[in-house]
Amino acid sequence: MIEVQHLRKSFGEITVLFDISANFYPGKCNLIIGSSGSGKTVLQKCIVGLFQPTSGEILYQGKSILDMDNSERKTLRQEIGMLFQGSALFDSMTVEQNVMFPLDMFTTDSFGTKLKHVNEVLERVNLTGSNKKFPSEISGGMKKRVGIARAIVLNPKYLFCDEPNSGLDPQTSLLIDKLIKDLTQESNTTTIINTHDMNSVMEIGDNILYMYKGYKEWEGTNKDIIYSKNERLNEFIFASEFLQDAKQMRMIDAGHGSIPPTAGTNNE
Amino acid sequence: MKFFNHLGLFILTMKGMFAKPENGKMYWKEFMHQCSEIGIGSLPIVMIISIFLGAVMTVQTAYQLVSAIIPLTTIAVVVRDSMLLELSPTIICIVLAGVAGSKIASELGNMRISEQIDALEIMGINTKTYLIAPKILASMIMVPALVILSVVLALWGGMIAGSLSGIIDSETYLRGLTMDFVPLNVYVTLSKAFVFSILLSSISAYFGYNVKGGALEIGRSSTLAVVVSCIFILLADYMLTFLLLNP
Repeated sequence: MIEVQHLRKSFGEITVLFDISANFYPGKCNLIIGSSGSGKTVLQKCIVGLFQPTSGEILYQGKSILDMDNSERKTLRQEIGMLFQGSALFDSMTVEQNVMFPLDMFTTDSFGTKLKHVNEVLERVNLTGSNKKFPSEISGGMKKRVGIARAIVLNPKYLFCDEPNSGLDPQTSLLIDKLIKDLTQESNTTTIINTHDMNSVMEIGDNILYMYKGYKEWEGTNKDIIYSKNERLNEFIFASEFLQDAKQMRMIDAGHGSIPPTAGTNNE
Repeated sequence: MKFFNHLGLFILTMKGMFAKPENGKMYWKEFMHQCSEIGIGSLPIVMIISIFLGAVMTVQTAYQLVSAIIPLTTIAVVVRDSMLLELSPTIICIVLAGVAGSKIASELGNMRISEQIDALEIMGINTKTYLIAPKILASMIMVPALVILSVVLALWGGMIAGSLSGIIDSETYLRGLTMDFVPLNVYVTLSKAFVFSILLSSISAYFGYNVKGGALEIGRSSTLAVVVSCIFILLADYMLTFLLLNP
């Protein structure tokens, strides 16, 4: 489990995170949601140790990352996998070399063993046969999947994904959400996902943290979110026209009326 | 104030490089890759510049020096010592600051902007050791080698230009090259090349590694890397010349 306690982060005179406290549980997809500029990425980068918090604590299994010495931090980082917003694949390496890189660096396995493992992981993310392609030769969705493959190749205890669905079509987004959910449940990984994709929220949000202008505004599950009375959260989640139905459904549940036919619905 | 900020960050970046590699084999692979990038990658431009530099020096020395009382062998002596003491180490290193230095800065800058450096950090890799140290070490080996090659090619270029233009025949030129040879000059050449190699690679790596912003800043940082490297190379050139050749 990862615990964040009273986290505050400032860049010079600008404070980006204010007193954030939250728990992220193993075997669950922990989502950090919020509009652009709400501090999601900064929070995630503080948790993985890329940014030094101004104050507060980040505990991995009860141990503060800030109190860890270099070697402890290195060991911890080898248990972390991260998918970056832009995938962050190494341009000069092929798909196979990208996924094999953590194995090359941290294992003493033979090339054959490593290749077998890489192929298994690539099969897991539906990229069989793409081994020799360079990042510039594959699509955005494929890059994300290579990023996931590289992140999970060392079987991490903690998986971080920064906007895994940004710039992807809905079908590929669903595929990636399902993949992350399956991986989380299979390996009991503590997964933290930054997103503002409402499909992901409803699909895989076991534990959701809503951020607003650097503050933690709301916390709950994907079942609670629809019925939340938090105005800012409602503004955020019902911003999409497609979710107006859900809003109406909530009103009906609360006894305010009946469901009107939605545009495009075939009533015959 | 800004200078001291840069100086402090430069020292911290360089200090962070000294850590035990996670996997020696991978670091060796990266070092060899950088040797190839810096050494082989810069070879064509170094060859072209050196040959023409030697050729121009021969023709120009003949124009300025030769008279009835000065022997023709003086041309070769002047070309040899000019190439060894100043032109090869300084001009070639300034060119390498443009070729290899800007490549180092833009490569690291691109890795920083596209979060590739963060990805390496997350894996638990010391990015300063993995990305910067092999580049500096490769420079320390390949730049002096390129400078020595440059001296040889410049002298050869001078000989070809001299005989083609009829200024000096090859035999006299070769005799001139061996006259009054001072071994200390080779030591000066190598010392300069070694110091310049550290300057051009570390300054370029510093600007690339610490870039902030987007694509525009990558371009700016690689230009800045070349400009600052050139200034420091010229400063170091004066200081080394003063220290090593001051009678």
